[in-house]
Amino acid sequence: MSGAAMNQTETTQQPILSVRDLKVYFPIIAGGLIRRTIPLKAVDGVSFDLYPGETLGVVGESGCGKSTLGRGILQLLEPSGGSVVWLGHHIEGLSATEMKKYRKELQIIFQDPLASLNPRMTIGDIIAEPLTVHNPELSVEERKQRVREMMEQVGLLPLMINRYPHEFSGGQCQRIGVARAMILKPRLIVCDEPVSALDVSIQAQIVNLIKDLQDTFGLSLIFISHDLSIVRHISHRIMVLYLGNMMEVADKENLYANPRHPYTKALISAVPLPDPELEKQKQRLVLEGDLPSPLSPPSGCVFRTRCPLAREKCAQEKPEMTDVNGAHQVACHFWQQR
Amino acid sequence: MLLEIQNLTTRFSTPEGEVCAVNNVSLQVEAGQCLGVVGESGSGKTQVFMSMMGLLAKNGKTEGIVNFNGRQILGLEIAELNRLRGVEFSMIFQDPMTSLNPYLRISRQMTEVLVEHRGISEKEAAAKAIELLHLVGIPEAEKRFRMYPHEFSGGMRQRAMIAMALLCEPKLLIADEPTTALDVTVQAQILDLIAGLGRKLDMATVLITHDLGVIAGLSDRVAVMYGGRVVEEASVHEIFNSPQHPYTKGLLESMPRLDTSSDKALHAIPGQPPDLQALPAGCSFEPRCNYAFARCHAEIPELRTIGEGRVKACHLEQIS
Repeated sequence: MSGAAMNQTETTQQPILSVRDLKVYFPIIAGGLIRRTIPLKAVDGVSFDLYPGETLGVVGESGCGKSTLGRGILQLLEPSGGSVVWLGHHIEGLSATEMKKYRKELQIIFQDPLASLNPRMTIGDIIAEPLTVHNPELSVEERKQRVREMMEQVGLLPLMINRYPHEFSGGQCQRIGVARAMILKPRLIVCDEPVSALDVSIQAQIVNLIKDLQDTFGLSLIFISHDLSIVRHISHRIMVLYLGNMMEVADKENLYANPRHPYTKALISAVPLPDPELEKQKQRLVLEGDLPSPLSPPSGCVFRTRCPLAREKCAQEKPEMTDVNGAHQVACHFWQQR
Repeated sequence: MLLEIQNLTTRFSTPEGEVCAVNNVSLQVEAGQCLGVVGESGSGKTQVFMSMMGLLAKNGKTEGIVNFNGRQILGLEIAELNRLRGVEFSMIFQDPMTSLNPYLRISRQMTEVLVEHRGISEKEAAAKAIELLHLVGIPEAEKRFRMYPHEFSGGMRQRAMIAMALLCEPKLLIADEPTTALDVTVQAQILDLIAGLGRKLDMATVLITHDLGVIAGLSDRVAVMYGGRVVEEASVHEIFNSPQHPYTKGLLESMPRLDTSSDKALHAIPGQPPDLQALPAGCSFEPRCNYAFARCHAEIPELRTIGEGRVKACHLEQIS
């Protein structure tokens, strides 16, 4: 049974991860004569629950805070507020040493497959590194054995164990990154744009691999991407972010068939479809303008400067997340208007 | 025919040996038409047009015929080429920040082209440049005109690049991954802009991209490249509705679609893109091809006609 199904039936299943009102601010030094710091609100009040085996897709444009959110959850960046509860334990603000016991269960895969691998280490050592940190009791031979098994699992030939990252193509490097994240048998992996740097024909290979591993090991995933088609394919539930704020959260059927937030609608209609007939007929909802500076976000609803529905209320009052139905929430004052 | 590329081959000499980036490529673009060129990194899609523009790196050598408006332009002297580049045909690139000079105001970068090519005064050039900034949808064009590139957002920079490319009203605009560095909502704006300008100015466009979605809405014809060769060329409808090369078919099937939902695994193309330094003896797609048979391994398939205005480079008679 998939995570989404469990979620919908509201069984007694406990969420594996609960994030409440998470904020990650970066202090920015501004001003010439009189120095002052102003907060850049990269993530400003994000809340969600993640269930075992579930995939939460996080979409948004560059600068919307999706990568910062992933790092804030994993405590790779210290949150400025809110809570992150992992299996009943508050982990927000824990030091690196205190986090160590949770690191085994929480892993990450990065976007740039080659840049995230140390060029001076063999791929065997790269994949084994988490083991040397977390399972120092293993003998060298045991470690190698585990690495070989994992390489096979992610579709790499175990005989390549002594090669260096530059000898591999982008897709293979991403497999190495996946193997490194999987070697400790984590329960949650944050995938931060794992296929964006890959060629189209290779993207599908990596997406299939991640999905297979999820089915085999019952992983939960937070899948961060700007590509709405891939997010639709891999996720059970999807969160749309804009300037660090949640715009809409829904299971994938509702989000794509029935988007309620004007930003979600614009995002979906902006994606070009690989179908000339549909593309020519399509009425595209083109958003005017560009993303406002996150240093001085608009008052009220952060999306209002580009929103076709914006009215006075939007400038004064920040919309709360409201229920469309049990599996669908939206932050818009006027979501009921079509 | 506005642009006719015949048997273009481009080689680079590298310390590891010679790399054949473009191999015997022929393409045509009619006036006012949009040709989409699709391929992955290393497929040679950009190098075809870099060769045409005379913009190859120093270690690159090219041979073949490129006729623009009936005139062979390959191998022209730089001075001669400069009379054509930016005037008869222009090119815009993926990353607008690296194509704009960060030290110069937009005004200087834009008027330079006109003063150089058209011999008009600074003042006239400024008026024309501002008019074009309006045309590409830059708000407050007069004010923006005096700004530096870093004061522009990514989408705005790409608009400015397009405006610069259009200053001399070229007959052909070559856009190399014009929206790859942009967010989807901004991509939609830029694609609409390119399509609209093409119609308004009766300008032909070549759209080089890895994104089949981008091609679908804009192109009239599509050429698919793999391993430095054109492997299939047809009308946009034929490419998307009945692809005849296994690579084209594989690409279309491997993309998840936004408008359908499926829990099935994606049809990934197995294997890796070819190493241009060690291309197989036969078809370069053969190691990854589900349809491959003995002949594919031994013999490079020639591009052959398989219908009206339709070619493919594949030994297979037909794929269903």
